[in-house]
Amino acid sequence: MLTPEPATRAASAPESVETTPAFVGPRAPAPRGAAPFPWERRLLGIHSALVYLFLYAPIAILIVFSFNAARQTARWEGFTVQWYARLMENTLILKALKNSLIVAGVTTVVATIIGTLAALALARYSFRGKGATQATLFLPIIIPEIVFGAALVTFFGAIQLRLSIWTVILSHIAFSISYVAIVVRARLAGFDRSLEEAAMDLGAGPVQTFFRVTLPVILPGVIAGALLVFTISIDDYVVSSFVAGVGATTLPLQIYSMIKVGVTPEVNAVSSLLLLATVVMIVVSQRLQQEPGKGESRR
Amino acid sequence: MGDETTKPTKAPYLLIAPSWAALGILFLLPLLVMFIISFGMRGTYGGLKPIDDLWAYILSGDFLANYKRSLEPLYWPIYWRSFWMATVTTVLCLLISYPIAYYIAIVAPARWKNLLLALVVIPFWTSFLIRTYAWMLILRTEGLINTVLMEGGLIDKPLDLLYNEFAVMIGLVYGELPFMILPLYASLEKLDLTLLEASSDLGAKHVSTFWRVTLPLTMPGVVAGVVLVFIPSIGQFVVSDLLGGAKSMLVGNLIQNQFAVARHRPFGSAIAFELTAVVLLLLFAYAWWAKKRGQEAML
Repeated sequence: MLTPEPATRAASAPESVETTPAFVGPRAPAPRGAAPFPWERRLLGIHSALVYLFLYAPIAILIVFSFNAARQTARWEGFTVQWYARLMENTLILKALKNSLIVAGVTTVVATIIGTLAALALARYSFRGKGATQATLFLPIIIPEIVFGAALVTFFGAIQLRLSIWTVILSHIAFSISYVAIVVRARLAGFDRSLEEAAMDLGAGPVQTFFRVTLPVILPGVIAGALLVFTISIDDYVVSSFVAGVGATTLPLQIYSMIKVGVTPEVNAVSSLLLLATVVMIVVSQRLQQEPGKGESRR
Repeated sequence: MGDETTKPTKAPYLLIAPSWAALGILFLLPLLVMFIISFGMRGTYGGLKPIDDLWAYILSGDFLANYKRSLEPLYWPIYWRSFWMATVTTVLCLLISYPIAYYIAIVAPARWKNLLLALVVIPFWTSFLIRTYAWMLILRTEGLINTVLMEGGLIDKPLDLLYNEFAVMIGLVYGELPFMILPLYASLEKLDLTLLEASSDLGAKHVSTFWRVTLPLTMPGVVAGVVLVFIPSIGQFVVSDLLGGAKSMLVGNLIQNQFAVARHRPFGSAIAFELTAVVLLLLFAYAWWAKKRGQEAML
């Protein structure tokens, strides 16, 4: 259950801390045997700082360049927002943005519903084929995207489904369900079922119980999963590049074809905006996953 | 996740049915179709050539033609390059990631931990395409590095930093790094620090504590990280397409080419299937290893 829920694991970290005796303290800064010398800790700190620099410097450079007046060179020739202004006039980019929003929007709604239902089934019940279902849910995440894209375009070709924006949406739904199922399931793991039983005892039907009790409690997980799917869908290049029909160019596809022609400040601007939008969604998603369930704390 | 209802009920099937349908039709079936088509022959326009006499076709051995072709010496350099680049990427990611994961999990002050982790998670989810593109801004002839070096008078003419294997290597490590840090962190976070203390109290130097206690206990994270970095690296085509030159073609580019340029889907399907087989073998090996150790697999 690894990649898609690092924050969930971070949230569950205190459990493992409790196994260390109290006198060590929760994560004492320098446990003997772990990194005993200050210089070692400093070295680890410096290394980590350099890795963060490596991870973020290219992104920062991209954003800075998007405000650079210079068209061709990396020399700083003054601050400008003209590249952003030009995006608003670029019909290709606006059309691609519209396509991307449609694809990501429909994908998010459909995949979130299907994935949440799957999470409920997996967390609550044992049923035939549960193990196989779990394994199959992981495959779309782990299998190289290129295989996914190649298989889908072959399949669409075989059933003679013409490539369009709908084939993009179908493909995105296919790889998105898994992410929702995993995130929501993690949320359900800490769910107090006595709340539902209480609601049932008080005369609520299963549907009413779900909408009035279950859903409000797991909602942060559902929203976190939805945001994640929206981000993955709007960022997807590989699978879309295989299954997008004429006129179904999404934003990453448009950016890619612009990059292949040449580096331009407009690409920097549109990339910076897309990056910013997805980072905001990811941060919100992570926060929602991290917070301990309100249903739990009310116990 | 403990709580499973005892009564057999229809509910789980109703909940899981949409996922089964979606994954069955849009994931498993396409893989099966691709597998079948990989035995076919190319017709006009890259489609499939109809086969008149299936039995004769099978007996003639022609159905293996695509696989035979994929093993021709012409393609060996591509496979070899994909393999060694994925391997070097994995090793570099491991060497870079272990110290930072160790720092976040054990050395860093507790109040920073969530922030430090979030800073690893954010690039994990943001656009791979844009993060790769950022390196073009840094490495290209008119890019940041060449501009700085030229202005500083350190070089007379720009260095060829882009469109070679070196650039692809940087792009791969940059893109895959979070996939290694996160599982390592998860393992190190669970590490019982009292064991390190015990080792130290018994007189072990901290270097030998690391090799004999810390590393063996965090092997699940190491192996999970290796799998998670190796698999996407070997199926990569965006990084090599954008940052690489004609001589840095990877197996991903070969597959993509068959679908987008050469219009030979059966051949592309055959290579895609071979790649899938390699990936699945790796995953089975991983599952076997985890089972042997008596641990729940981290993926």
